Amino acid sequence: MNPAVATRTPPRPRSALTAFTSTWASQIGITVAFCALWLGFIVLAPSTFLSDRIYLSFAQTTPYFGIVAMFLTMVIIAGDIDLSFPSEMALGMVGFVFTWQATGSVELGILAALGVGALAGLFNGLVVTYIGIPSLVVTIGTQFLFRGLTLVLVNGKSYALVTTSTAPSYQLLVGKLGGIIPMEFVGLLILAVVAWVLLNRHRLGQNAYVIGDNRLAAGLMGIPIRQTRILLFVLTGVAAALAGLMTSLQIVNFYPSMGDGFLLPTLAAVFVGGTSVFGGRGSVYGTFLGAFMIGAIQAGIVAVGLTDYYTNLFYGAIVLAAVSVHAMLQRRFE
Amino acid sequence: MTLPPAGEYGMPAGERESARQPAQLANPIIAALEPAAAPPPKGEKRLELRHISKSFGGVQVLQDVNMDLGSSEVVGLLGDNGAGKSTLIKIITGVHRPDAGEILFGGRRVGGLTVQRARELGVETVYQERALADQLPLWRNIFMGRAISGPLGFLKVGDMRRMTAELMGESMGFTSAVLTPDTVVKGLSGGERQGLAIVRALHFHADIIILDEPTMGLSLKETEKLLRFVEGIRTAGKSAIFIDHNIFHVYSVADRIIVLDRGRIAGQFPTSRYSLDELLDIMREVAAGGTFTEQERYRLADRPPEATTGASEEHE
Repeated sequence: MNPAVATRTPPRPRSALTAFTSTWASQIGITVAFCALWLGFIVLAPSTFLSDRIYLSFAQTTPYFGIVAMFLTMVIIAGDIDLSFPSEMALGMVGFVFTWQATGSVELGILAALGVGALAGLFNGLVVTYIGIPSLVVTIGTQFLFRGLTLVLVNGKSYALVTTSTAPSYQLLVGKLGGIIPMEFVGLLILAVVAWVLLNRHRLGQNAYVIGDNRLAAGLMGIPIRQTRILLFVLTGVAAALAGLMTSLQIVNFYPSMGDGFLLPTLAAVFVGGTSVFGGRGSVYGTFLGAFMIGAIQAGIVAVGLTDYYTNLFYGAIVLAAVSVHAMLQRRFE
Repeated sequence: MTLPPAGEYGMPAGERESARQPAQLANPIIAALEPAAAPPPKGEKRLELRHISKSFGGVQVLQDVNMDLGSSEVVGLLGDNGAGKSTLIKIITGVHRPDAGEILFGGRRVGGLTVQRARELGVETVYQERALADQLPLWRNIFMGRAISGPLGFLKVGDMRRMTAELMGESMGFTSAVLTPDTVVKGLSGGERQGLAIVRALHFHADIIILDEPTMGLSLKETEKLLRFVEGIRTAGKSAIFIDHNIFHVYSVADRIIVLDRGRIAGQFPTSRYSLDELLDIMREVAAGGTFTEQERYRLADRPPEATTGASEEHE
């Protein structure tokens, strides 16, 4: 309690417009940034960014990290973080490969992969909440643990998955809707709706926001803090396993270092989307747009005539610019 | 510990009301109080604590605490930092489990009390700003921990927004058109936050209202409003436990004051029989000399009102 609260000056008068802008500042900010980047690419590389081919390409590659980013958003809103999802992607695929080889069923393999992802998430959640170690530290540990487990279980080998492509569920995960639209994108859209509903229209999301904003209050008001945090880790584990399935089935190959390289783009998508690293604030909408911004940079850099060497430079610039804008919007409107 | 018989401090509610000022019911927050839903059976206390003990990591925070709370009664809880006030109320609200002892609601023993269970039994707590989520909209704060939802846990957001808007107009006195159920708490003034914290506690038909340091950080005017609100609790036939550092605030609204000292009850003092000066002396005594002996506590608690101040004698 801060005694200064009583004596502080009253907040400045609020107009209805400011109230609206204040409520939606973050969403407006990310939308403006998204449109600015898009227009920039159209102006600089019209031939590429006015054709549908580049968008079909984004629609296939962005979900590989966009799906995880949306569920990671919820973890971060609740005040935790999960850095182990790249390893969960690979560990889930171990479940797929073993089950598929044992039973010959792709469908059972998919269920096994999702189950392994859930268990990995459960392990993260249990260690974080019951042993009481910060999730940053725990998931750095489990990131090594899950990757190590993957390498040991498959003995470092890669697996060809070519024969899975005849299964109906293969088409469902990584086929083309109407022969054009990648199923990865359809999956991303469906899961975006699921994530939005869970976060904004379900007890889980309500509890996640309160826990991330004020954990003390959450305890006093009887919110099931432990169950909520664990469940969010489990959901992220399942999402990571699904992303692992999509990535591997698309290239019909599983290699045990799969998922490496997804960590930073995924985190970048979440933070570009306006989610606060301190918890209590964030949106699925922001992460969704953030994922496509991050996903567009690499192709965009090449399309505007720069070499691929500029990619990281632009990643850095865009992440910093977006996060700075969010911070300034927040200070301006609250 | 010998508690004075209930009749000694359990004055009839009507007598107290006439002594105070019922005219102040015009306060919109007081108007939000509905009459007590279920008064306990005759002769039963709303709440009884028996032999409650609690320790944290080897530190005995509460030791053999006995207290009760009648209907239409406001009990003030006083004590220095570390006396165990906060732990005691967290046991009543189900945040902490006692190591030993019993909790009775309306004469019925309740074991394994959780926050949710305590709420079902009609216990609500005003934690002031500490229990508000700054970055969340008003409606999410009002319904924190008990969101209205369907069987699968999906929120009925429309219902919650509408009820928040009603509460804002009727009970919180938020007349500004720019404050909507979607306004985030961060932008509210201290008084607005206080209104939010109180209305949140009252909206859900509480019979026992616990106010934890409610005047901390409030302006004089806001404090005055809060004290009138506590008087309204008694008028509505409900009960309150009022925790504060400030003996002046507690004395002005409480029927009875319980003094906690290092985890034990140092004494219970009906405000009808002890003047503020006498209580101040007692508090000073407790702070300086530690706990009373059994006889001294008994003597102090049962002293007839006309007796002269004798609390400045040496103890221990």
